Amino acid sequence: MATFTLPKNSTVGEGRTYPAPAGSKNVKAFKIYRWDPDGGANPRTDTYEIDLDKCGPMVLDALIKIKNEVDSSLTFRRSCREGICGSCSMNIDGLNTLACLKPIDEVKGDVRISPLPHMPVVKDLVPDLSQIYAQLRSVEPWLKADSPPPPDGERLQSKEERAKLDGLWECILCFCCSTACPSYWWNGDRYLGPAVLLQAYRWIADSRDEHTGDRLDALEDPFKLYRCHTIMNCTRACPKGLNPAQAIGEIKKLMVERQG
Amino acid sequence: MAAPTIRSLRSPLGRVRGMGSAKGGTHHWWMQRVTSMALLPLTIWLVFALARMPDASWLEVTIWIGRPFNAVLLLSFLAAAFHHMAGGLQEVIEDYVRGDLAKVGSLMALKAACFLLWLSATLAVLRIAV
Repeated sequence: MATFTLPKNSTVGEGRTYPAPAGSKNVKAFKIYRWDPDGGANPRTDTYEIDLDKCGPMVLDALIKIKNEVDSSLTFRRSCREGICGSCSMNIDGLNTLACLKPIDEVKGDVRISPLPHMPVVKDLVPDLSQIYAQLRSVEPWLKADSPPPPDGERLQSKEERAKLDGLWECILCFCCSTACPSYWWNGDRYLGPAVLLQAYRWIADSRDEHTGDRLDALEDPFKLYRCHTIMNCTRACPKGLNPAQAIGEIKKLMVERQG
Repeated sequence: MAAPTIRSLRSPLGRVRGMGSAKGGTHHWWMQRVTSMALLPLTIWLVFALARMPDASWLEVTIWIGRPFNAVLLLSFLAAAFHHMAGGLQEVIEDYVRGDLAKVGSLMALKAACFLLWLSATLAVLRIAV
């Protein structure tokens, strides 16, 4: 059966508490998942009390403040801090999202932060994404055309054709959606997951691409595509407001359409 | 802590591509949609029909089943319902059951159970109606 409980060496214990500096008035506690691959200890939850009067508004601001001023060993990915690089995706207050786009004051009570669910953890809030990157590569997310481009310019699209890519090109590959999907949790080794299927559809829907049929052939599989049961966690989680479930639905419709 | 056991050195891309696409699944997915569309009116009809005869005698019910219109709709309902049930439970097994033997075994048991139940229910309607 699929594994529903954490193995013994993954159960999370209580860790250290770092109190706010004396005299802080506007204190919020950040309870953060910690795991160090060296040493063999179980994961733990460390509590950092932060004075919000001396901290930026977003969860990422608090994480950077903790790393700079309280505990430099805290490990997480971040880069652009404005929701375009997709690095700081993590589970905040029970929902996968980007730490840089999540205002602290949207969280009631303590701010609980853990890595993207059901992924192998490299350290603390950093998940191992090598499998999902390989899945992205397997759908060949680039333009494939046999006709040469016009010698005097680029390949053209009508406005209508270009409009079909809206809601698809904006994906920043943070994988909040795939790691929110129960089907991806249980069968992530074979199911491609919402993020990768949305990317696959982005090229299926592109009028300039000449390999639509090959792309559909590659996806027509009970596991690669049809593990999607329209649970919709993907759409709920997407911090960019995209709809991967709809993209998957469009792929399924094309599968039926090409049969008759 | 014991060092983690490395079972495969295959590259992530090799693992993900695996055995490629099975070139299937669309028929199964589409049949689930077709049977659910058929079941929507059939189930509403059956629920209303049953609700209208809570005090009916055995004789009245068998006469009702024996009418060609009712018998045809009942047989359609049974075919759609058991097909839909077998397909839906197959997805649950594929989602959660691990191991080839357990998976194939439970899928065959499921198909056999659904088929026998459908056959028994259909025979019951036919014996009254024919």
